[in-house]
Amino acid sequence: MHENFFNLFVRSVFIDNMIFAYFLGMCSFLAVSKTVKTSLGLGIAVTFVLLVTAPFNWVIDHYMLKAGALAWLSPSFESLDLSYLSFLIFIASIAAMVQLVEMIVEKVSPPLYNQLGIFLPLIAVNCVILAVALFVQEREYSSISDVMAFSLGSGFGWFLAIVAMAAIREKLKYSNIPKPLRGLGITFIITGLMAISFMAIMGIKI
Amino acid sequence: MATNNIKVLTKPFNLENPITVQVLGICSALAVTVQLKPAIVMGLSVTVVTAFSNLIISMLRNTIPNRIRIIVQLVVVAALVIIVDQVLKAYVYDVSKKLSVFVGLIITNCILMGRLEAFAMVNKPWASFVDGIGNGLGYSFILIALAFFRELLGSGSLFGMKIIPQSFYDLGYQNNSLMILPPMALILVGVIIWIQRSKNRSLIEE
Repeated sequence: MHENFFNLFVRSVFIDNMIFAYFLGMCSFLAVSKTVKTSLGLGIAVTFVLLVTAPFNWVIDHYMLKAGALAWLSPSFESLDLSYLSFLIFIASIAAMVQLVEMIVEKVSPPLYNQLGIFLPLIAVNCVILAVALFVQEREYSSISDVMAFSLGSGFGWFLAIVAMAAIREKLKYSNIPKPLRGLGITFIITGLMAISFMAIMGIKI
Repeated sequence: MATNNIKVLTKPFNLENPITVQVLGICSALAVTVQLKPAIVMGLSVTVVTAFSNLIISMLRNTIPNRIRIIVQLVVVAALVIIVDQVLKAYVYDVSKKLSVFVGLIITNCILMGRLEAFAMVNKPWASFVDGIGNGLGYSFILIALAFFRELLGSGSLFGMKIIPQSFYDLGYQNNSLMILPPMALILVGVIIWIQRSKNRSLIEE
């Protein structure tokens, strides 16, 4: 089932938006969206980590975990189905990948590393990363280009969401919100309203 | 000692509620609260996993090297979630299908990592276990509140049983379909935060 790369990409950015349709990655979304600058950094970091970990986890699933996946090793393994280990293997590979990415970024571009700061290790436990790996497994994408389109789209959609929210929150500082609602409360309500507006494009089939 | 533990157990209900104050565990709270039954199952699962992972990590806290701390925590949590997932699939298969990827996402549920880092790594095993139960129950409390309103106002039922009598519908009452959709969960959480902060002035952020 080969999907058009661009279709899948656009679908993942807007219609299957990780924040507004599935509510994944909310914790860091709410905590970091106070200023546009930090949101830009975190959004780019999340997209990059997704691009690295999702295909890697797909390969692991395809060649090691699925039912009959280990057949390439020896025909007697044909009946083995290791998918119950998916959670463990996926999260361990994500943690390892993020550690690797952190080391490479530190070596290759120290200013970028300083800018991302604490966010990079935090991304390992961002629900979006594990969720994309699990969605890829659940939807049974059959080619690596599908996986790349989906992970790139999901990351970009998350990035758009957090930057938009940060821009709104920066403007909100000048409005007169009742005290108990300031900060976290109004952010939830605004996210809800943005989600309603994203619903307008739900169900579009491309 | 006992009164200390009682405080640890009850603080997460209000003043340190994981969802509305600590901003942890948002993702799953929004997605599974369409109906009351999945919400309760999710709340119980998170409570069990948090309590036992807190216990295990607290028992290991003096032997884990600092560099691989996160990986060890993730592996312990992932193993527990696999067990919980298999139990759910065996005993409440229909609910487990509704929860789909969100059971796996308990691994990245910020509550777990948050409590492991903040409490289990520096406290004794029994206190950590109690803290895990307290936070899990505080989380479940919000989940049940959300699911109660969403199912009642959105489908007119609770636990799948019709609550609103047919006579209401004949008079022109209609189910609020927006309640079933995800954005409403966000707005409801915003309202809960509003109510909570109006009652506890100390939580208001400047």
